[in-house]
Amino acid sequence: MTYISNCPDCAAEIHLPADTMLHELLPCPDCGAELEVLNLNPVELDLAPEMQEDWGE
Amino acid sequence: MTRIAIVGASGYTGGELLRLLLEHPHVEIAQITSESFAGKFAYQVHPHLRGQTQLRFVGQDALEACDVLFLALPHGEAQGHIERYASLAGRMIDLSADFRLRDASIYQQYYGEAHRAPAWMNRFVYGLPEINRAALTGADYASGVGCNATAVTLAVWALVRAGILNADQPLTADLKVGSSEAGRSPTESSHHPARAGVVRPFQMTGHRHEAEVRQSLSARGNFDARIAVTSVEIVRGVAAAVYVTLPGVQEKDIWAAYRTAWNESPFVRIVHEKAGIHRHPEPRLLAGTNYADVGWEYDPVTGRAALLCAIDNLGKGAAGSAVQCMNLMCGFEETTALRFGGFYP
Repeated sequence: MTYISNCPDCAAEIHLPADTMLHELLPCPDCGAELEVLNLNPVELDLAPEMQEDWGE
Repeated sequence: MTRIAIVGASGYTGGELLRLLLEHPHVEIAQITSESFAGKFAYQVHPHLRGQTQLRFVGQDALEACDVLFLALPHGEAQGHIERYASLAGRMIDLSADFRLRDASIYQQYYGEAHRAPAWMNRFVYGLPEINRAALTGADYASGVGCNATAVTLAVWALVRAGILNADQPLTADLKVGSSEAGRSPTESSHHPARAGVVRPFQMTGHRHEAEVRQSLSARGNFDARIAVTSVEIVRGVAAAVYVTLPGVQEKDIWAAYRTAWNESPFVRIVHEKAGIHRHPEPRLLAGTNYADVGWEYDPVTGRAALLCAIDNLGKGAAGSAVQCMNLMCGFEETTALRFGGFYP
């Protein structure tokens, strides 16, 4: 069994393997956003907090 | 095997054509011409081809009939002899600017002289497969593409196609380009002491490729493309940023438009990463490839957007697109001989 969800940022369809764990981090295959699995039943993904470079320097 | 010849094979685009076509499983390179290097081996002009071919340059007087003729001559030369070239081959691909435009008056406006073969202008299909695939399939004659025009057109195409970007605002395009755009012949501006390390505004208004972009987008509106080009310290590459305003658009709308426009195009990749250092299209990663990377940066608060595209000017911006055109014209698989993915770092 696999889970199917969508990236909350770019809406890409994401297939999660059956052994996906709660709070697991995974990258979106399209936009590269780091996502956190907030729920498994039903699947809920959200953007994970991330460190960013200071691009405005 | 399809017999091909390259006229003007000693230039940078001619050399890139030769490199690509030597790997093509369905073509035989019958002849390569150069007036300056007639009698020389190809590798003596294109040293990276040593051991790849024993072809020697011949003069154009020795040109024989073939199936597909590539013209890689300086702008203005192909149009003066187009009848002769057409008598030699059933299919032609002209990489110069001679047959890109459909309107002779616009050609004269941008190139400063009357076109010498205006009756031929409409016989060539504009050779950018990403926006013209159906017309190129099975065609006899294709033009090449302007490298800067290609970068700008591909930068905006997804949103224009989706109706998100309309012709009610100018397309202000800022391009950073490499030195190979200037061609093989040395000039005062390409002399190393004058060229090395530059960030040199080259042409800020009135660039010739504006006409190509306007023509390519004309079916979707009368777009006012404005191209500003700056020479920077790279050899190959174009990085285009087109600045527009898209009020009320959501990031997901942009993603959907890009996916719809590009998911079936084998050489266009969406690069819009949330993290890391390679978040946007970069030309350095594309050297030697036929890929065009497209992306964007969007501020939902102000609606300001930068639409981005990076290419290799000698690849997707010239020889790569020309080989892709040949594949479509001759019924070969579109990606044949064009799968090289570049190198890193």
